[in-house]
Formats: sequence, C-alpha cells, structure tokens
Amino acid sequence: MSASVAPEPGQSLITDADLADEILIRVDNLVKYFPVRGGGLVSRTVAHVKAVDGVSLEVRRGHTLGLVGETGCGKSTLARCIAGLIPATSGKVTFEGQDITNLPRRKMQPFRREIQMIFQDPYGSLNPRRRVGSIIGDPFAIHKIAKGDDRKRRVQHLMELVGLNPEHYNRFPAEFSGGQRQRIGVARALAFRPKLVICDEPVSALDVSIQAQILNLLADLQSELGLTYIFIAHDLSVVRHVINSVAVMYLGKVVEQAPVDQLWAHPRHPYTDALLSAVPIPDVERANRRDRIILVGDVPSPINPPAGCRFHPRCPKAQQACVDEVPDLSSRVGNDPGHLAACHFPVQDGEDISKFTSALGSDQRVVETGLMSGS
Amino acid sequence: MADNPGVASAVDLFPGTGTESAEAGSTAKKIQGRSPLRLAVERLRRDRASMAALVVILLIVAVAIFAPVFAAITGHGVYQQFRGPQPPVGLTPTGQPVGPSGAFLLGTDDQGRDLLVRIAYGTRISLLVGVVATAITVAIGTVVGLTAGYFGKIADTILARLMDWLLAIPFLLLAISLASVVLVHPIGPLKPGLPIVIFVIGVLGWATIGRVVRGQVLSIREKEYIEAARALGAGPWRIMFIDILPNLLAQLIVYTTLLIPLAIVGEAGLSFLGVGVPPPTADWGEMISTAATLYLYGPWWFLVFPSVALLITTLAFNIFGDGVRDAFDPRADLFV
Repeated sequence: MSASVAPEPGQSLITDADLADEILIRVDNLVKYFPVRGGGLVSRTVAHVKAVDGVSLEVRRGHTLGLVGETGCGKSTLARCIAGLIPATSGKVTFEGQDITNLPRRKMQPFRREIQMIFQDPYGSLNPRRRVGSIIGDPFAIHKIAKGDDRKRRVQHLMELVGLNPEHYNRFPAEFSGGQRQRIGVARALAFRPKLVICDEPVSALDVSIQAQILNLLADLQSELGLTYIFIAHDLSVVRHVINSVAVMYLGKVVEQAPVDQLWAHPRHPYTDALLSAVPIPDVERANRRDRIILVGDVPSPINPPAGCRFHPRCPKAQQACVDEVPDLSSRVGNDPGHLAACHFPVQDGEDISKFTSALGSDQRVVETGLMSGS
Repeated sequence: MADNPGVASAVDLFPGTGTESAEAGSTAKKIQGRSPLRLAVERLRRDRASMAALVVILLIVAVAIFAPVFAAITGHGVYQQFRGPQPPVGLTPTGQPVGPSGAFLLGTDDQGRDLLVRIAYGTRISLLVGVVATAITVAIGTVVGLTAGYFGKIADTILARLMDWLLAIPFLLLAISLASVVLVHPIGPLKPGLPIVIFVIGVLGWATIGRVVRGQVLSIREKEYIEAARALGAGPWRIMFIDILPNLLAQLIVYTTLLIPLAIVGEAGLSFLGVGVPPPTADWGEMISTAATLYLYGPWWFLVFPSVALLITTLAFNIFGDGVRDAFDPRADLFV
C-alpha cells in the first residue's frame, strides 16, 4: 500500500534532479494504538484507541506533503510518531534510508537536528516564563552547539530570517502577537537547518490575514533552505497553494493520496469529495448553487472502527462489499499511478455523490460509538 | 543573559539593517522585556503592609546577627546567672526572677539570666531553623514533586504514596517520637539539639509542597512547549529544571515565605514540649515553656516577652508572605 507521491511536473523546487528524486522520509504501515485502561485498583487495558492504523507515506526531498482530515483522524498522532515524540506501536519510519522508528533518546539526537516540528498553538508552544532569545537559543543549548555571544548572534540571525526584529531578543512571548509567536516557533524549528519540518496545523490558530503571512514565510523558507514539509491541516483550501501532494486521512487510515490539483479537481474517495464540498466559498451566489454533500452520522469511535471500509456507515455509495472487504489504497480510476484511493466504488468524473443513497440497510448503518460497544 | 550593548554589533553582521543598528544601542534598554518576577517585585514594592513587614523582618535579622552586641552593651552574657549578692541581682531572695528594671531591661529568667540578651540570642535559633528547615522542605518537595509529576507511572505511584503516608501521620506525633528516640540513640549526625529539630521540621514537612509541585507539573508537562523541547532533543532533567521549574517559581516563592513562620512556630513548639533545643541554649520555645510554669507566681515578663518576640516574627513573615502571594497573582493588578 506504500505509494510514491509523484512530484508535480514543472514545480520541483530543487534543480538537482538526483536530489529531487530522492525519498527523504518513508513511513511503512505505521500503527499507533493508545491503550484504554479500565478503572479499579489494578488497571487493565480494556481496549485500544486505534489512532493510526497502518499508514504508509513517502515524501520526496524538497516537496510538501499535505496531511488533511477532520479532528481526531490521527494526523497529529502520525506526525508525532514520525517526529519520534511518541513511540509507534508497529511499523517503520525511514529517514534518508535509516530506520528511526522508536529510537532511544540518545540515538535519536542526530535525527532531531534533521526533523523538526512547528506546533499548532502559538500560545501553548512557547514557554511563557522564558525570554524569546532563550527559547530560540534552546536548540543550540540542548545540542551544545553555540554559547554566549555566538549563540546570541545565531539567534538574532534566525529572528531576522523569519521576519522578527532581532532587538526583541529579550522579550517574553506574552509581548508578541499570535503571528509573531508563530514566527518564533518557526525560528526555533529552523535553528538546526533541518531537512524535514513537520508543521502541525501551523496556521489554524491564527487570524485569516496572518495565515497567509505565515504560509508565505514557510514557502519562502522552503525555497531558500530547501526544506521538505509534512503539512498537517484540517482545511485543505488554506494549504492548497503551499503543498505538492495530499494524503487524506479518515479514522487512522489514508483514504486517498494524490497531487493536490489532481485531488482538488477529481476526488476519487467519497469522503474526500464530501470534505471538498465543505470547503467554504467566499461567494454567496456560488456557495448557494453548489450541492453540498452532507454526511450522515458521526465519526465512529476509533476504539471500535467499522469493519471493511471504515467510511461505509456514512458513505452514500456504500454497498455490501464495503462492509465485507477492506479496500486497499491503489490506483482506481484512469490507471493513474500517482492518484490512489482506498475505495471499492470510487467517484467518477462529473459524478454527484449527493444523489446516491447507501445500498446498506439502516441496521448496518448504525454507527457504533462508546467505549465498550461491540466488545 | 547577554548584555544589551552587544545587540548593535550583532546586527551589523546583516546587511540592510545598517541604518537601524546605529539607534539600536540607545533603544535596546527599552526593549528589555520585564520578567514576571520583576513585575511581581514591582507590585510588592507598592504594597505598604508587605514593606513594613519586610522592615520588621530585616530588623529581626539584624537582632540575630548582632545578638553579641546586646550582650556587650548590657555586659550580661547569654548564660551568665546573676544570683547575687553583688549587684546586679537577677534573682529575688526567694529565688524568683526579677522584673524589668534599669539593670535588666526586660527582667530576668528563673536562673537569673538577662531576658533581653537571651531573647536576642533566641532569634538566631528561630531564624536558623526557619530558613534552613524551609530550604530543606522546599528543595525536597520540589525535586520529589517534579520527579513524581514528570516521570509518572511507577515513580509517581511510589512517591505519591510516600507523600500520602507522611501527610497521614500527625506531624507533632512523629516529630516528638523521632526526637525522643534520638535523645537516647543518636542516629548518625542526628544528635539531640538543633540538627534533629531542623531535620524533623525540614524532612518531615515536604509532603505538602511536594504535592503542590506534582499537581502543577502534571498540568505543565502536557503543554505544547514541553513537547517542543522534547522535539528539540531535550532530556528529562533539562525539561524538569529549565522548562518546568520557572513556571513553578512564583508558587514556590509564595510557599517558601509562608513556610518560614510555620517552621519557626514548629521549632518553638518542639522546644516547648521539651524535645527541641535542649537548655541552656537560649530558645524562645524553651523560655515560654519554663515561664508558663512560673507564671502563676507573678513573673509575667518572663512569659510575655519571648511570646511577643515569637508573635512579631511569625506575624511579619506571614504578612510578607501574603503580600508576596498577592504580588504573584496576575489578577492582583485589577484591584490596585
């Protein structure tokens, strides 16, 4: 199910053809289950939250992979597993050909310099009791790279790189606006000149006007420093212009993967189609004209995900096969090797899935939620 | 933190900012952010009650430091007994303490010693126990709380149960029994007297602060900036002491200032019960204890003056501690 994310023609940011073709990071069948412990004196594991359940991805050097999906689909968990912040239950993460899955802290240190993260909440990701200079200087201090004036010079250079006034070195995070704070987070992540930056919804906590600034900054830094991004978002329209390809996640699995424009124009998975139809259009006329796809029910519990295709209880195109058989992520329509979908009955070009009704009986569409149901 | 004049030279390294760098030196001073600690100190300085209490505390510290001066001026040693017959006479013919007079400003105690000099020397014991025992309490409580809260799992289970256990046993009961045991069988460096009092108050009292710290750490460790530190490769000790501890500082300072009077009263209490600092060391608790038995026969000064000394000391620390707590409360500004 591992699939290559095809680079878009004519959009490669790195001129060196060899480098551009190289796969920087590869995720193979990554699984992350969180144990759910029961009450009582001796707590036993009674179930597992299947946050990430067999995800495979590849990102080429210099490219940006967007990871989209609604809240709770496991995209942040996946990011943290890749960054080595939480141990994976199984599966493999390979960075530049080296296995970095669940490395002990000391062995992970050299890879920390190569893989960095930008966090979602610019208020929560900066220690309120430490000065900005000390926060951005943290990478140098932790890896004992630079001290004293040298560290300060490097920190101020980073501040300038991300568009902050280097004079504000001695200020506290509380003295900055949300956008400036996110720039501080970016500066900290870039201190090592990492190869891969995982952006965990870096703009979703910001004002719309500031979002563009940060996205442009990230895009500029990418071309300047040759960065590779994994870009997590729940709103595809926001990140559409900074990413090359997209992986859509639903309930811990990747349901569709394609170059961004391809996915935008021809979504194959009904879930992607529904997701795209929910993207706000800043035009009342057009917004009223389009048919929104309203999904029935809620997202099922990741503790006890539905059998077969995980989307079947909510899918208007669902058939009996969707309950019986797990669809694999493969090329479905038009034999395009870059466009993969995990769906038995993919959406055809020009098809309006809001006109469909599920072939499954209502009893099969009941979404099982709750901690212990069905166990 | 590096000094401000360095800013101008650092900026020169980057072209395009040359025009601004000339002003950098003069504006750098204003750009210095005010730390939460400094803001609190500024708030504290505006609080008159705290400042008055601080003056009293400083006076008490001065008395402790200059206790020998009291002895030198009065010419009365701390252990010197004035039993007569040559003046000054510190005991009545029936062996009772004499009241305040020109020779003995605060009167004498049951052994005919100068009460003023002994109260001055007693300040030393009280402050020493107050500060050292509190320091031990805060140090152990902080480290244990950080460890339990950050590492969680088995470390938390063991340490949290230990804290529960310590809190479950009445402090005075444990302190008295431990002090009594040491009176008969010294345990290592723990001999009767000051060491055991400091140990008992310092080592048995950390559970409260350990609990507070643990609770705070449990919430702080889930913050995104802790995750950011881990993503940078920071180890557990660095995260505990560089990322988490500064966030606890305000609370630790508040607790420390409020624990000092508790330790002072605790020491006086142990000495009052006869398991504290043994005689003839000048100690407020011991004085109050002896005076309480004689009070019926008239020497009120012997009971009142050491008690007042204890009262003023604990009151000053408590008022100051309250002021510190208000100063660190971010909402305090709303009510000024």
